Amino acid sequence: MNRHEVIIIGGGVTGCSIAYHLAARGMKDVAVLERAYLTSGATGRCGAGFRHQWGTKTNCLLAKHAIARLERLAEELDYPGGVEIKQGGYLILAYTPKMEEQFKKNLALQRSLGIDARWVTPREAREIVPFLNTEGLLGATFCAKDGHANPFKVTDAYARAARRLGVKIHTYTEVQDIKIEGSLKTVITSRGTFQAPVVVNAAGGHAAEIGRMVGVDLPVVPERHQILVTEPVEQVLGPMVMSFYHNLYCQQTPHGSFIMGLGDPNEPKEYNVRSSWQFLSQMAQKVVWLLPVLKNVRVVRQWAGVYDMSPDRQPVLGEVPEVPGFYVAAGFSGHGFMIAPMTGQLMAEIILGLPTTLPVDMFSLSRFTTGELFVEPSVV
Amino acid sequence: MEDKTIVCRCEDVTLEEIRQAIAGGARTLDEIKRLKRCGMGPCQGRTCRPLIAGELSRITGQDQASLTLPTFRPPVIPLKLGTLARGGAKNEQA
Repeated sequence: MNRHEVIIIGGGVTGCSIAYHLAARGMKDVAVLERAYLTSGATGRCGAGFRHQWGTKTNCLLAKHAIARLERLAEELDYPGGVEIKQGGYLILAYTPKMEEQFKKNLALQRSLGIDARWVTPREAREIVPFLNTEGLLGATFCAKDGHANPFKVTDAYARAARRLGVKIHTYTEVQDIKIEGSLKTVITSRGTFQAPVVVNAAGGHAAEIGRMVGVDLPVVPERHQILVTEPVEQVLGPMVMSFYHNLYCQQTPHGSFIMGLGDPNEPKEYNVRSSWQFLSQMAQKVVWLLPVLKNVRVVRQWAGVYDMSPDRQPVLGEVPEVPGFYVAAGFSGHGFMIAPMTGQLMAEIILGLPTTLPVDMFSLSRFTTGELFVEPSVV
Repeated sequence: MEDKTIVCRCEDVTLEEIRQAIAGGARTLDEIKRLKRCGMGPCQGRTCRPLIAGELSRITGQDQASLTLPTFRPPVIPLKLGTLARGGAKNEQA
């Protein structure tokens, strides 16, 4: 029997960040349980981007704080070699008057919060991305501080820092059931039994399954998203190019490879991480239209991962009132990686009963019963 | 083999870096791949996978045959986006 103060289920960037932030605040008797290797779920399969350009105040502030942390994460966590930060901006394309109207609203909000994002004309967009096909383009929004970080390294940096502070990380340890007796939770895994008064569900696409183990109905469903990566070439694309019209994104990493993905509105809500040839074909057709120069770049690999989708595309952060000591950090809906530094900090503050750095009430699970959803308009 | 021997020639990963990853706690090919990029290049690990498996087995004492291989992902050989878009470039709304 392994007895701890806190057990975190899920060794993605969120779980490792929570573990680190708890330990850094003095709660060092923490165990992280991960069913495979660290980042084996959504973290290691994500598009690896971060952006300030959101459509709600909450997300803008979360992103702003989180990106400020990412920018100096290597120093904060003493991680030699860094986490491969690139800040080439995000160029978000507008093709319809409705998009332009929404984006300009978003910009006004962002600018009111001190985020340096701006509207660019198609001509200015071509100055930022010279080979962009601007046919039909009304304009775009651009924030130069948006960018890329390596999810494997960010997670490894948190995991190493957490371990140095005493956190135990158990990989290849799959949670099979949770029993509750009084305030004590017993977590039964493929590699033994763990006990703690506090359990944190950071299981991403598996969060609803973990919730069911304690009788909690989490409205978080897995939804497959597919990605491909190309061979590395010299740096030619500064920003992440994102189009909600085509439902795609494409960014060149500091390594030189292009990572690109496509959202499929008809994707079934199920746990599926298989990749399809249809994706390869559709992705190629769309990206070659938008960024024609990429036709000569070779695809080396494709894969898939799941978003942990919540009804309003916002995470659930906090304690489940019906099960004291059971906390949730899931439902990130495709933007968990970029806000992970703040998720970890806020969750640690919530668990330790400290005042939170940012307001967190809107992330409560109860919003799905009271109907106080706050839908984020800007998600691919 | 020496420390400076390049094990993954697609991503220029040396034996020393593989040994560092194992010394840092990596116990599987999946973990080493994600920290060091070996196996992520154009050959997708065809060259480095058995070399790294041998080194991992030698250092950790795990039976090489018991090591889990990273997922083999499509496409089998690198293909140009232009070739994959053989139906033509498309300005298609999602």
